Amino acid sequence: MTYFPEEVVEHIFDFLSSHRDHNAVSTVCKAWYRVERLSRRSVFVGNCYAVRPERVVARFPGVRSLSVKGKPHFADFNLVPDDWGGFALPWIEAFARGSPGLEELRLKRMVVSDECLELLARFFPNFKVLVLISCEGFSTDGLAAIATHCRVLRELDLQENEVEDRGPRWLSCFPDSCTSLVSLNFACLKGEVNAGALERLVARCPNIRTLRLNCAVSVDSLSKILACAPHLVDLGTGSFTIDHPAEAYHRLINNFTKYKSLKSLSGFWDASPRCLPAVYPICGNLTGLNLSYAPAIQGADLIKLIRLCLKLQRLWVLDCIGDKGLAVVASTCKELQELRVFPSDVCGAGTAAVTEEGLVAISSGCPKLNSLLYFCHQMTNAALVTVAKNCPYFTRFRLCILDPGKPDPVTNQPLDEGFGAIVQSCKDLRRLSLSGLLTDQVFLYIGMYAERLEMLSIAFAGDSDKGMVYVLNGCKNLRKLEIRDSPFGDAALLEDVGKYETMRSLWMSSCYVTLKGCKTLAAKMPRLNVEVINERDESNEMEENPSDLRIVEKMYVYRTVAGPRNDAPDFVWML
Amino acid sequence: MEEDFRKGEECPQLLDLIPNERDWMVNGVGGVGKRCGVSEEKKLELRLGLPGGEDWPAVIGKTEEHSVESVLSPGRYKLSKTSGINPSSVGAKRGFFDTVESKTEAFQQQQQQHAGFLQLQAKGKELSQKTNGRAEQQSLERKACGFSAAHGSAAAPSGNAAGANNSSQTRTATTPVVGWPPVRSFRRNLASTSKPPLESENGGLKPAIKLENGGKGLFMKINMDGIPIGRKVDLKAYDSYEKLSLAVNELFQGLLAAQRDPLAAGNQKNPEEKPAITGLLDGNGEYTLVYEDDEGDKMLVGDVPWDMFVSTAKRLRVLKSCELSASSLVAHFVVVTSAFLFLSPGGSGRQEKNSNRVLERKGSVVHCALNICCFLASFGRCF
Repeated sequence: MTYFPEEVVEHIFDFLSSHRDHNAVSTVCKAWYRVERLSRRSVFVGNCYAVRPERVVARFPGVRSLSVKGKPHFADFNLVPDDWGGFALPWIEAFARGSPGLEELRLKRMVVSDECLELLARFFPNFKVLVLISCEGFSTDGLAAIATHCRVLRELDLQENEVEDRGPRWLSCFPDSCTSLVSLNFACLKGEVNAGALERLVARCPNIRTLRLNCAVSVDSLSKILACAPHLVDLGTGSFTIDHPAEAYHRLINNFTKYKSLKSLSGFWDASPRCLPAVYPICGNLTGLNLSYAPAIQGADLIKLIRLCLKLQRLWVLDCIGDKGLAVVASTCKELQELRVFPSDVCGAGTAAVTEEGLVAISSGCPKLNSLLYFCHQMTNAALVTVAKNCPYFTRFRLCILDPGKPDPVTNQPLDEGFGAIVQSCKDLRRLSLSGLLTDQVFLYIGMYAERLEMLSIAFAGDSDKGMVYVLNGCKNLRKLEIRDSPFGDAALLEDVGKYETMRSLWMSSCYVTLKGCKTLAAKMPRLNVEVINERDESNEMEENPSDLRIVEKMYVYRTVAGPRNDAPDFVWML
Repeated sequence: MEEDFRKGEECPQLLDLIPNERDWMVNGVGGVGKRCGVSEEKKLELRLGLPGGEDWPAVIGKTEEHSVESVLSPGRYKLSKTSGINPSSVGAKRGFFDTVESKTEAFQQQQQQHAGFLQLQAKGKELSQKTNGRAEQQSLERKACGFSAAHGSAAAPSGNAAGANNSSQTRTATTPVVGWPPVRSFRRNLASTSKPPLESENGGLKPAIKLENGGKGLFMKINMDGIPIGRKVDLKAYDSYEKLSLAVNELFQGLLAAQRDPLAAGNQKNPEEKPAITGLLDGNGEYTLVYEDDEGDKMLVGDVPWDMFVSTAKRLRVLKSCELSASSLVAHFVVVTSAFLFLSPGGSGRQEKNSNRVLERKGSVVHCALNICCFLASFGRCF
């Protein structure tokens, strides 16, 4: 094997698709490390502070595609202060200097400034793909820069970002010579767009397959756009309301009847039920449907639509679909793999929209279900046991009972047994989110059975440190653990400090961990960054040596080879 | 893993969870031989076991007194609740046994109460329900090595339930919890139209997506005079006043009958005995349907085209008709008064409304006038 020419080895490595395989081969021997690093085209950095950008550039000079994630997941729910960090600029600067051949950049939960986007636009001549998910810090001016200078842009995909609106001109910045767009998603933008510019852009990009519009695009515009993009596969409608029946509506119906290739439909901003019949002709081909932005579509209208979607694999809806609606989904959508039911009334005070009955119906009708996000008002152990039996293929199971710590309403027991059944039955479970009344018992089950579990989210659960210890000791493949409002303290935190180096990160907020515990952890494990986040205005306490026995409000621990970060704000203490 | 176990011991699948756990602890003392490879592995991995060398029954004896405490205090929000748990002391290890013991007992209690869902587990296996119950209990008792299944069980599960009840009750006090439920900010603003969109303080929220599309509010509150319970109607479900009127009748018929004759309230099966609420729109019935529009004015239902009604109505009320005629007297009086006293009360638009059957206008001026009018109205009612 040592005499194998390196070119051949490199060629073999080209067939490796997963990052883990690449990482694994690079550790075999020095020769392979060398070959692998030069041939690596795609790098995924799960935590932007785990490694320095310069290091990545130095090790992998040939990288074409970079993915980086920043803030911890709980930042989505406003648990992480805004200035915590996760800046994209150092990454873009490092690559601009060292590896300007970068073609694809995917960032999630990072702070991206207009300056970043301008750098991207000007210093990367082959830049093709930009995907920003849950990012913030940029405006439509940054998008204008991308549109203006990226000559071969193929994908501009903005998902759920906070974008400052500085006017609609950015769309007009795409030069007439830009014909390469395959995917354009600006659904998260709040501002107006120039409809004419949009229509012309779509018309001159023959390869466009994904188009997701924002709520400012009218039905009229949508009709015109559809007329010039007959091969669309993924469409996010703009505003889906019409004030009075008009030609626009009829044109829309006409256009939809021509669409044979459309597989995925989303958007439906402001959707009113009267416009729904326009999409009936294509429902039979749909594999993905997202109605979760359309609270006005409920009841009979929703059911009528669903009944046509026989091939549906992915469905996102609001909980106003009700248990009855879910029963219709169960009887119609036999191919369903992913279901997300979002709450339409987050205060949880309204009438119970979906309960355990809906979930049980889905599980018995859709045996291929492998991914679930379900917000409901109540859940029973019996239902979870049934679901576990019916759907053993779950890889992602996220259940959120809106009332924290609510027990099984029928038996008044904790939901330990129900979740226990889930982890026992679903051997491939990779992601789990718990809710409801839970004791340490559920963690015992998780530790025992959830062997493939990689990400676990815990809230308002557990009785004692034992709970957390069961998980840390039992889940061999655990990568991310995030805990809030649970009674786990220093003993649990320090039980197995080596475990954290096998994980990407640990988040604990509103638990019983003290400053002393955090300091102990930091002292024992130099290759972990232990961050304590104090939002209260007690920054002067830093000089006064705060009591170590004080409970920390928020703590974030992650493995790193980069050492403590130097961009932490005042309220973040690096221990 | 479960298969091995089941060959030797007939237990339903769910119960396997407990006996396995029992196994690794017991193995630590070199006790019961029954085990399977994985559970031993679990024992090693989990590093939870008896504190070295102690006797199993002795440990149980010592920890029994702690058991109820730890079960009763599932500390969540309050530090004080975890008085029974001292994380930094050796007591933590005792705490584990407490938990296990009380969990077993709770579990047994559960088994006794809910053979039903055990059924689900045992489905497909050659076990009958009854043997389930007995088999579990026997196996547990055998393995328990002195676990006080009988006398301890009374306290702990009820404690569990009480603790559960208490904690769930404290939680349902509707103090909004930060970041709960875990939805992205822009989804919060998609709540039903009856809620105003939430403003963002930290700038991290998407502004509310406007839902007004010409059809304001699908679900509208409707209250009836004399009935404390309000209902909701979905205006979009109807396309004419007649249908709405029928729906209102359906909604309140039962309640009205119950109100009038509480003794007959339970008798839901005789609709013909309940007086139907008719004549809502034409002023002939006992009740009349009115609505409040988006400018706060109360109007009689039926005057404007249906679509306009749907788009401007905010609330509905079912008023007693005799009260209505008194109020219309009031209205005329108010109109005259306000026109006389204040030359242009609200602009020209309002003058148009005066010609429609406006019943009540908001404003402090009017309230004063209304006081006088109510006095008059009470006379009106007697007619």
